Amino acid sequence: MAQERMQGKPSAWEQAQVNETEALGAVKGSRDAGVDDLLDEIDGLLETNAEQFVKGYVQKGGQ
Amino acid sequence: MGTETEFGVLAPGAPGLSPTQLSAAVTTAMVEVAEELGSRGAGAPWDYVHERPLDDARGFSLDRAEAHESQLTDEGNVLDARQIGLEDGDAWAQLKEESSILMNLVLGNGARFYVDHAHPEYSSPETTNAWDAVEWDLAGDRLAARAAELAGERLGAEVLLHKNNTDGKGQSYGTHENYLVPRSVPFQALVAGLLPFFVTRQVTCGAGRVSLGRRGERPGFQISQRADFFENTVGLETTIRRPIVNTRDEPHADDSRWRRLHVIPGDANLVPTSALVRLGSTSLALRLIEDGLAPAITLADPVGDLARVSHDPTLSTVLVADGGRRLSALDIQEAYLEAAELHYGAEPHAEATALTWWRRAVDALRADDGTAERFVEWKAKQALLEGYRERGGLEWDSPKLALIDLQWADLRAGKGLAAALMARGTIESLVYPEAIERAMVTPPEDTRAWTRGRSITRFPEAVVAANWDSLSLALECLPQVQRVGLPDPWAATAAQTKGMFDDGARVQELIKSLRGLA
Repeated sequence: MAQERMQGKPSAWEQAQVNETEALGAVKGSRDAGVDDLLDEIDGLLETNAEQFVKGYVQKGGQ
Repeated sequence: MGTETEFGVLAPGAPGLSPTQLSAAVTTAMVEVAEELGSRGAGAPWDYVHERPLDDARGFSLDRAEAHESQLTDEGNVLDARQIGLEDGDAWAQLKEESSILMNLVLGNGARFYVDHAHPEYSSPETTNAWDAVEWDLAGDRLAARAAELAGERLGAEVLLHKNNTDGKGQSYGTHENYLVPRSVPFQALVAGLLPFFVTRQVTCGAGRVSLGRRGERPGFQISQRADFFENTVGLETTIRRPIVNTRDEPHADDSRWRRLHVIPGDANLVPTSALVRLGSTSLALRLIEDGLAPAITLADPVGDLARVSHDPTLSTVLVADGGRRLSALDIQEAYLEAAELHYGAEPHAEATALTWWRRAVDALRADDGTAERFVEWKAKQALLEGYRERGGLEWDSPKLALIDLQWADLRAGKGLAAALMARGTIESLVYPEAIERAMVTPPEDTRAWTRGRSITRFPEAVVAANWDSLSLALECLPQVQRVGLPDPWAATAAQTKGMFDDGARVQELIKSLRGLA
């Protein structure tokens, strides 16, 4: 019964194997351009008024 | 298995609109999204006939009168579309004029998208393995993001969705997982096997959070979004006195054979490898429990430990287990991992990829050599925050760090930080974009979700109502609506309904064929 639950369609995990091989290549291959570049890029995306945005972020409780 | 995501929702430019109205606007816009994609999002009503949210897996049922209002999930939404229209704003009035407001949809990919009180929620279609569950979960993010964009255009104010679990001001909303478990497994065995697993699972797949405590009252960084919101070990509630092991027992399947394990302490993941480890490791842990092979560990204080583990990103906290054993969270995860590798590692199975990433996560966290930052979500978020702290000399209570925490999970294209780090290759993105795009419009082929989703796409005018385990179809030639049960999650698959959704196929034939399966 457990086995029945675990069986995925072969195509899904064949695909997964391909993805994984490529993924590993990416993980090993690219130690990237430096933290400063990264932070500069992220700075360009951030909301301009951090304090106001954070203060206004109010949600109702859920499940 | 499947996932449920409650999204954080806000529209800074339209402060007069309630979160319920915003959620309804997003749900309404989802029909357009589906049409854009050549799929359909039928406004078919959700059918509550078989929903029993008060059934407890321990073998009894909560009295309706004693239930918290939020537990009555079988009564439809607390507010219906007409009622929310009573709290009017200009933008809302305009939206109402243009389209009828929808609260509940079945999508062409087999998912459900609806208003859950004050949040839009995506419930993924049923999948048979964690890899597929991740693809359909990510598809839900993309669908929701596009619906929010369109809702914003209709309302004249941008609508933001966040795939997170807390506003940092005392409120939490869930990302739930559902697993079908044989009823023959005693519930006590599930509880015993799952408590130590759930208390420590966050270290391999938590999403990370800036600040400690429900209202973020103490500055710092913690591993999990959800850990501060749990008060019980076992219980039925999901909105109050939240338990680590939830006992809601609606299998949406033959309930003499199955129970549904409703998992509520997990974090919403933006990083696909973390989602894969969260779902895959849990599926494997359940298999170990079913087979009587799970490690026997009894924690002295599971609820306290959940927060203790989360509050220690150094992972050095030692938990006290039975017999005075002292184990770290990683030790406990590795005990489950080793058991899974030992018993299931050699055979090819659907969770093989998840098992590999689970091992990779545990090893990288032990080594602490910088690799975990590339695929363990909380480590990736922490690395970004530490970068800012070092460069700007920021303290943990800096609003900028709180903003980064929120914007990490922003679903808008070009705004979400996790997505940005994946786009530049800093974080592993794992799943091909084409696979996600396919999952936005196509149901999984190997579950009954196939029939639900394809029926909506192929015969939208015939689908009167849908639920996880039934479809109600109307035929022009018959006065009565035909209700077809889909009690077996592994039936009504693509293989079993071959030809039924082709061009020229007829609803009658589909009904006949589905009845033949039952």
